[in-house]
Amino acid sequence: MESLTLNHFLTLSAILFSLGVFGVMTRRNAVVVLMGIELMLNSANINLIAFSRFNGNLDGQMLAIFVIVLAAAEAAVALAIILNMYSNLKTVNLDEVDQLKE
Amino acid sequence: MEVIMFWILAVIIVASAIATVFSKNIIYSAFSLLFSFLGVAGIYAMLSADFLAVTQIMVYVGGILTLLLFGVMLTNRITTMSLKTDVFNFIPGLIIAAVMLGSLLYVIWVTGTWAKHSPAVWDTTVESIGTLTITQYLLPFEMVAIILLVAVVGASYIARKDKQNIKS
Repeated sequence: MESLTLNHFLTLSAILFSLGVFGVMTRRNAVVVLMGIELMLNSANINLIAFSRFNGNLDGQMLAIFVIVLAAAEAAVALAIILNMYSNLKTVNLDEVDQLKE
Repeated sequence: MEVIMFWILAVIIVASAIATVFSKNIIYSAFSLLFSFLGVAGIYAMLSADFLAVTQIMVYVGGILTLLLFGVMLTNRITTMSLKTDVFNFIPGLIIAAVMLGSLLYVIWVTGTWAKHSPAVWDTTVESIGTLTITQYLLPFEMVAIILLVAVVGASYIARKDKQNIKS
């Protein structure tokens, strides 16, 4: 069996990213859309760390740490917005939140 | 051995990501996301990023996933309403995801010209990451700390209930 190359990790991350995009585009519930965004951030992190490993320096790992911190901040703010949306509109389905349309 | 571990982790990650995206029940989605995050932490450990593997488990599994579960519990009346949510725009979403996957794989496997030389091996990255954090990456580190503080304060302000009652 051949040894692992960079392409293995990049392919895994591409599959994970496509699944995240699919989740963001097709789900109605805002919390599940947030889960799709987290999947995409994870796939970006896999890319960064794989390049960092195969390039032999630690810059990619530092960038991945910042991505993780920003993902935590983004999840906190997004869930606050979703909670507010629920208390005002009594729904978290994104296709029913269309008050700005008319 | 390493290759077998990679394939096991890859199957776990992709299968639980598929379950996350396609499951009709939000709770099932959240819990399959847990296995996806754990698999990604294993991939980090395979890439000799030990500090990031532990960070992934602590922040994603311990923090973000708990936050998402709180979001599910607080926005769905479990006793009265079912937790079902449906998948809509199935065909356009599938087309766009497939096109994106195809183009990414084309770029990676056909036009990618980066070196595939044997990877560097590190004992532990914790010491190097600590040194880099307080030397080369000091300014981004402080900026991200302020961003995190502002985001958490802002989130707790937005999510606060009964603003009128608190004011009066």
